[in-house]
Amino acid sequence: MGPGYVPFALGLVLAGLGLATVAKAYLAPDPDLGEAPADAAVSDATGVDDAVPEDAVAEHAVSDADALDPRPLAGIQWRPTVAIFAAVTFFAVTVDGLGLLLATFGTGLLAALARQGTGPVRALVIAAGLTLASWVIFVVLLQLRLALLGDWLGG
Amino acid sequence: MDLLDNLALGFSEALQWHNLMFCLLGVALGTAVGVLPGIGPTATIALLLPITFGFDDPTSALIMLAGIYYGAQYGGSTTAILLNLPGESSAAVTAIDGHQMARAGRAGVALAVAALGSFAAGTVATVVLAVAAPPLARAALSFGAAEYFSLVVLGLIASIALASGSTLKALAMIVLGILLGTVGQDLNTGTPRFTFGIRELYQGLSFVAVAVGVFGIAEILRNLHDPRSRTRMVSRVANLWPTRAELRRIVGPVIRATGLGSLLGVLPGGGHVLASYASYALEKRVSRNPGEFGHGAIEGVAGPESANNAAAQTSFIPLLTLGLPAHPVMALMVGAFIIQGITPGPKVMIEQPALVWGLIASMWIGNVLLVLLNLPLIGLWVRMLSVPYSVLFPVIVVFACIGTYSLGQNPWHVFAVAVFGVLGFVLVRSGCEPAPLLLGFVLGPLLEENLRRALLISRGDPSVFVTRPISGVLLTLALIALVVAVLPAIRRKRDVVFTEDE
Repeated sequence: MGPGYVPFALGLVLAGLGLATVAKAYLAPDPDLGEAPADAAVSDATGVDDAVPEDAVAEHAVSDADALDPRPLAGIQWRPTVAIFAAVTFFAVTVDGLGLLLATFGTGLLAALARQGTGPVRALVIAAGLTLASWVIFVVLLQLRLALLGDWLGG
Repeated sequence: MDLLDNLALGFSEALQWHNLMFCLLGVALGTAVGVLPGIGPTATIALLLPITFGFDDPTSALIMLAGIYYGAQYGGSTTAILLNLPGESSAAVTAIDGHQMARAGRAGVALAVAALGSFAAGTVATVVLAVAAPPLARAALSFGAAEYFSLVVLGLIASIALASGSTLKALAMIVLGILLGTVGQDLNTGTPRFTFGIRELYQGLSFVAVAVGVFGIAEILRNLHDPRSRTRMVSRVANLWPTRAELRRIVGPVIRATGLGSLLGVLPGGGHVLASYASYALEKRVSRNPGEFGHGAIEGVAGPESANNAAAQTSFIPLLTLGLPAHPVMALMVGAFIIQGITPGPKVMIEQPALVWGLIASMWIGNVLLVLLNLPLIGLWVRMLSVPYSVLFPVIVVFACIGTYSLGQNPWHVFAVAVFGVLGFVLVRSGCEPAPLLLGFVLGPLLEENLRRALLISRGDPSVFVTRPISGVLLTLALIALVVAVLPAIRRKRDVVFTEDE
């Protein structure tokens, strides 16, 4: 029983489960699709085109809110996915270099832009407010020891 | 009287003013996130976990986090009744009859009944917890490595049997979670595993990063893909108090639901969600006029609300006695213990009595605070819904980043949040639930450690798991749970419990 014992065994099990899932998808279409409980409510997965009016979207979302698209990856929208990933990654990359304030501002800006319909001005306002709020909450009130200005700026 | 001594110790601890403040803060925060549909207790606790690192007193940290959990149950039912918008999954059942009552102008009564039922159930469940925990912890102390291994297996399997969705995918998620838990240096030999030469991965993946990613960030991505409108009329809340006849009608449901909830809460899996569905189904069956259900039956509000609150309290039993989390929120509580330098398990009860009993007592105090806080302030909570999501979610993203970073000043953990956020979202889109993954991740190291220790002691003979009586029984139960989860006939019945009257 070396260090690889458990990971190797688990890897085999996971590969087996993966094959079983693939086989099942071909042999018997998954009956669970569309039966997700409210908890796992995978929302309307058909994707939302920019052109679709807002109320039509809402209605659609309510009508089959718990249904899964048989092609789960087809409906992924790139704007929110990429923007949120970029926002968190931006923080990871810059927090040591630029410091808390600028990293927070950039992350807030990128995150705010993730939502369809949030314009650049509104995003800037949200990011600025957020930077102020995080400074008050984390530095002033909770007194976390975080560098406000990072290494790159001589902080 | 041991019990009275213990409770006295607990109350003296929980009634210290700073603990009271954290309890109040917890239940207020919990109510807030319960009201807001975009963010649940799991994500909130995951986000606040790093902040508790700075707390001097572990009791305060745990009291606050626990408060968020059961506070959210209350908050979720408030919006379910007033707006037909269950803020939390277990409140979905309450919405059925609760919102009908609100539309008939009896919103106040529905809210009061929900609060009173929850309070009564919470009180009883707290006593159940206080009575059941010490003997269980004592029994657990005699467990060896083989028993612990089997117990963890049972816990993991049972969590799938009770959850909904594809059994196959849930199993795969557990295994994936355990595999993610093996990242980092091997405990026995120090050999790095799955680190790809990256030094930051030697200590393993951060639990907080994984939890914040798959619950916090993935949840945001899900909401951004599904822009639901939230503009609905709020019904006026008037005359809170139920009539004497209505009070008599809810006594039965509350008692039945408390029993049901206390029992189901202990089981791994979605204890409180299942409890509220099961209670609704039960009340409908025993009711003399089942036709009233779905049209504002007061029993349909009292039952599920009491059941989910009772379950929320008793789900602490496996955590406090065995160190085993029954569901993701409890897994996060394990994280909170670990952050404070305490390994959860049967020893905690003996070594840290003030902490355990303080936590238990704080739950009762928290329930009192919730009744005091919620009924007069309902208008305030509902007004919170007017905060636009376009402002709310960047706040969550930024707080997640700062929180995770502040834990170890390690940007690598923040990057892990981004990766696990996208991964969690893709998994949810593919019908794989993130909850089993997190449970596997938390329990994985425990599973591996005990498996290898047991096999070392037995000199590599795997039969110890079956020949030792307690271990054998636990594994048999796990096998039964697996069969139950897979059998089509039982599956269909289980789905009925989940989908009935939706």
